[in-house]
Amino acid sequence: MTGPIQRTTSASTADERAAVELEAEDRLAEEHEAGHVGKARPDWAPLPRRAGLKPTASPLLSLRTPISPRLKWLLGVLSFLVPLVVWSALAVSGWVDSTFLPSPGAVLKAGLDMAGTGELFTDLWATLQRVLYGFALAIAVSVPLGIAMGSYTAGQAFFEPLIGLLRYLPATAFVPLLMIWLGVDEPSKIAILFIGTVFYNTLMTADVVRAVPNSLIDVSYTLGARRGEVLRKIIVPHALPGMIDAVRVNAAAAWNLVVVAELLAAPSGLGKRISLSQRFLATDKIFALLVVIGLAGLTIDILLRITRERVGKWTA
Amino acid sequence: MTLELRGVAMDYTVRGKVTRALDGVDLEVLRGEFVCVVGASGSGKSTLLSLVAGLTKPTEGGIFLEGAPVTGPGPDRGLVFQAGALYPWRSVERNVSFGLELLGLDAAERARRVDWYLEETGLAAVRKSLPKQLSGGQKQRVAIARALACEPEVLLLDEPFGALDVQTKEDMQVLIRQIWADTGTTVLMVTHDVEEAVFLGGRVVVLASDPGRIAADVEVGLPAGRDLAVKREPEFLALRARIEDLVREQHRGHVSRVSAVE
Repeated sequence: MTGPIQRTTSASTADERAAVELEAEDRLAEEHEAGHVGKARPDWAPLPRRAGLKPTASPLLSLRTPISPRLKWLLGVLSFLVPLVVWSALAVSGWVDSTFLPSPGAVLKAGLDMAGTGELFTDLWATLQRVLYGFALAIAVSVPLGIAMGSYTAGQAFFEPLIGLLRYLPATAFVPLLMIWLGVDEPSKIAILFIGTVFYNTLMTADVVRAVPNSLIDVSYTLGARRGEVLRKIIVPHALPGMIDAVRVNAAAAWNLVVVAELLAAPSGLGKRISLSQRFLATDKIFALLVVIGLAGLTIDILLRITRERVGKWTA
Repeated sequence: MTLELRGVAMDYTVRGKVTRALDGVDLEVLRGEFVCVVGASGSGKSTLLSLVAGLTKPTEGGIFLEGAPVTGPGPDRGLVFQAGALYPWRSVERNVSFGLELLGLDAAERARRVDWYLEETGLAAVRKSLPKQLSGGQKQRVAIARALACEPEVLLLDEPFGALDVQTKEDMQVLIRQIWADTGTTVLMVTHDVEEAVFLGGRVVVLASDPGRIAADVEVGLPAGRDLAVKREPEFLALRARIEDLVREQHRGHVSRVSAVE
């Protein structure tokens, strides 16, 4: 049979179907009359009605609606282009003294000059090295500690109160103390980075470890796994993508902290170069250094994001 | 005899208040039997399985496997949860081979065994897939294959088909009967679906609620080679109705609006 699906009746002609429908309507009306249907609810005033959701004029205004890849790309470019245009306009118009706000061209030139003499790379490397040492040390301590806190209730009970307090002490507040203890050279920089990231990374690692479902742990025991095997083969792999997420967040903090530490005192580094430039009112250099700091941070973030996507393919 | 529970009781303490989840449970499951446990929610069905698996310890009484007391979880009692509990970062075949890897079997031996279980559960085509790419029924098959690969004395199924749609559920019921016939594994399964229990089980144990205790132990007595058509047979329907009445009767304690109207 073709055509729209009919209700199951024995009626075949249109007239007969109409008769059946009428009969059904009559029956429903009778049931309503008799009070069997819809009479249990109190006789409230009818609820006011809201109009249904109206379609939006543009996809940009509707919540959580995907936009076209072209529009996405365009908006991404504009996000850099708009501030750049505003900046250029301000610099070129002469409203702002070029000592305070150098033009984009001047900044580019200052950057190229620093790259030409090689000092930019020396400073970048000095800063990167501090981040690598300090943050690597923080990861080496925080990951095992976080795993212990997330896996053992006793570990949680012992470490959580202290670390929960310590993370509220700003690392920068330790700078004077660390200079007294460790001097102005590398150890104090590395110590600031370590203090500034280790507690957060511990607590965030503990959180993702705690999020490993109990059912996965239980089922592993019924498959013959020992406790150590559950730690290595279940808890760590399940928590790994989340641990990398935590590292990504805290890498940004580490990158911020190293520059702050260098601003205060350091023999070299991007932060040191900024504070030197300040003395000579070389704002073009400061701007160029800020751009380099931003780009280097972004590169670190992209590398970690790629790692995260590789490792966490299995996550939904 | 394979599995024996003697005078098992289990108390839970929630905010200082002690609740008895199971009380005086005596149960014997013979080697190769398929026993289904039914009961309303709150009858301690899942607690029972968790105790047999060794994941929790009974407050009173003892659980014995081949005469030896159960003191903790182990691969002789494979467990399948309702939600599957698959390792999401491992492919289907690597989920199934997990227990074999722990035993240190070499790759060739593992592959031979994994192949058989994947074939048996109809998963050969998706062996390289990740759990997130599977349907609900496929996930449960992986969980079953993974437990079976360790060759457990008893396979414990905790409402394994509870989250599946009706059609998939029936496919899985046929499959698990087939696996039971093929491997001869003893099965203890918990479900709230009486039809499922009667179709699958050689025996159906009815749990009463508050506290959970055994209210009835019913021999099913349907032919071993049953298929889905048996669900329409008068004997099946009569038995199903009888057990449903038992479950309902044991559930009466839980006052609900519906039962108050009846």
